[in-house]
Amino acid sequence: MNAIVKPRSDADWDVARVRRDFPILDQEVHGHPLAYLDNAATTQKPQSVIEAMDRYYRRDNANVHRGVHALAERATTDFEAARESVRRFINAPSAREIVFVRGTTEAINLVASSFGQGLREGDEVIITAMEHHANIVPWQLLRERTGVVLRVLPITPAGELDLEALPGLFSARTRLIALTHVSNALGTINPVRQVVAMAHEHGVPVLLDGAQAMPHMRVDVQALDCDFYAFSGHKLFGPTGIGVLYGRESLLQAMPPYQGGGEMIRTVSFEKTTFAGLPHRFEAGTPDIAGAIGLGRAIEYLEKLDWSAVMAYEHRLLEYATDRLKDIPGLRVIGEARDKVALVSFVMDDVHPHDMGTILDHRGLAVRAGHHCAMPVMTFYQVPATSRASMAFYNTVEEVDRLAAALRHARELLA
Amino acid sequence: MSELNDLYQELILDHKRHPRNFRDMPDATRAVDGHNPLCGDQLRLFVKVVGGRVEDVSFIGVGCAISMASASMLTETVKGRTVDEAQRLFADVHDLLTNDHPHTDPAELGNLGALAGVHEYPMRVKCATLSWHTLDTALTSDEDSVTTE
Ligand SMILES: Cc1ncc(COP(=O)(O)O)c(C=O)c1O
Repeated sequence: MNAIVKPRSDADWDVARVRRDFPILDQEVHGHPLAYLDNAATTQKPQSVIEAMDRYYRRDNANVHRGVHALAERATTDFEAARESVRRFINAPSAREIVFVRGTTEAINLVASSFGQGLREGDEVIITAMEHHANIVPWQLLRERTGVVLRVLPITPAGELDLEALPGLFSARTRLIALTHVSNALGTINPVRQVVAMAHEHGVPVLLDGAQAMPHMRVDVQALDCDFYAFSGHKLFGPTGIGVLYGRESLLQAMPPYQGGGEMIRTVSFEKTTFAGLPHRFEAGTPDIAGAIGLGRAIEYLEKLDWSAVMAYEHRLLEYATDRLKDIPGLRVIGEARDKVALVSFVMDDVHPHDMGTILDHRGLAVRAGHHCAMPVMTFYQVPATSRASMAFYNTVEEVDRLAAALRHARELLA
Repeated sequence: MSELNDLYQELILDHKRHPRNFRDMPDATRAVDGHNPLCGDQLRLFVKVVGGRVEDVSFIGVGCAISMASASMLTETVKGRTVDEAQRLFADVHDLLTNDHPHTDPAELGNLGALAGVHEYPMRVKCATLSWHTLDTALTSDEDSVTTE
């Protein structure tokens, strides 16, 4: 057995202090302290987010953009302030490029539906073999509607994009590349800057699915030079029900509305309706106001963190977890890219992920078991499902130790 | 929550490690695929029904310990029974696993009583009932596949 060096807890990242910001972490599950290792499914929320949403409903609740009374004004101000927080956080040039949606799924559907209206039969969209179903199915629906062709960039056994295959996928009909920034099933961080550069050489815009990237790194859409960026509030320590589509203004301007209704119009008569400007044109109906305010507060929380410390800490967690898990007999790590977020997918001989989930739960360890909405990835690795431990900056080395011990126990129990 | 050992009883582990009647059946009268999309459990159940009696029953597939053991125990119990008896067993197992106050006495179900512990794990009930739903489909309809959704 190799000597595995336990990362020392260091002065740069005071994890005990950070954990106190997340009230949910302080509880027992089946008689054990909760070790929440399912952050790729959804993250926990800091106290400040919970309080901001509570305060909104206690004091400020009103519809936005509709009234002149005091509450309507407060709600509208706070809602638009949240949009500005998002803009600042991802360094978008303009708040007009920040569209509030329900989450990553809706953001991608919006692009497939609206940008997709400009596509014709035979036009091509490139996706990759490691996409979440949210970045596969909307394009298949578009294919059914318009006859676009889907091309799929393969992955390597290590779980990295096979970039050498990318040039061969471009054609004169390529209209968009849609790929994930970070894989939720494998943890791979994709070289998206490079993909964007290659795509732009062919005049092809790029949509990035940022659902799993946002919680682990600072994202700058101008530095990435991407054309669309989609993410979910609930995976970014904010509430469910709210997400963001960033779109380059010149592209959004040219896109038809996604849904029709209130908020998205300027004038309506039965003969003709003129649409509102950006971003409201894409926000039909009453939005998730409390959700947006909660997301804005989550972003303010994240902006106060020392991100070089966060990333260094998470990297140590990843390396430690990978070493500890690989040391367990019968365990195989799925996804061994050079660049990964703090996420380990694995299978174990004789222990099905579903049994694993139950056994770990008994020890207070929350992990995900299943296909992670990435069935093509499971097919590629010829496994029906994996177990996945996905960490955030509030997880600890002790939790990884408990995971490793429980995995050994699972094997003893079932093998 | 109850002890993990109530779920993973020795009998269940034995069936998981050594599934009975785990084989293809070329002369089956019905073959039905059962699929649990939530966790990817997938099995194919074969039955040979002659004169209203289940002469042979077998399965192949992949899945968690609970679904594999349940399917294996199913084949042992159902083999040789009449179709009516098999359907009553399905109803009893379903009752035992899904009702808070089942009228079925696990002791009367023989080995199948070992599945009773699954009731305490709502997320796992579908694992245990997959093969039984598949059997029910094989015996009562013309469908070739069934999912737990
Ligand atoms: C990579 C990726 N894309 C998209 C999604 C969908 O996100 P949501 O369900 O919040 O819309 C997820 C969430 O599981 C994801 O991990």
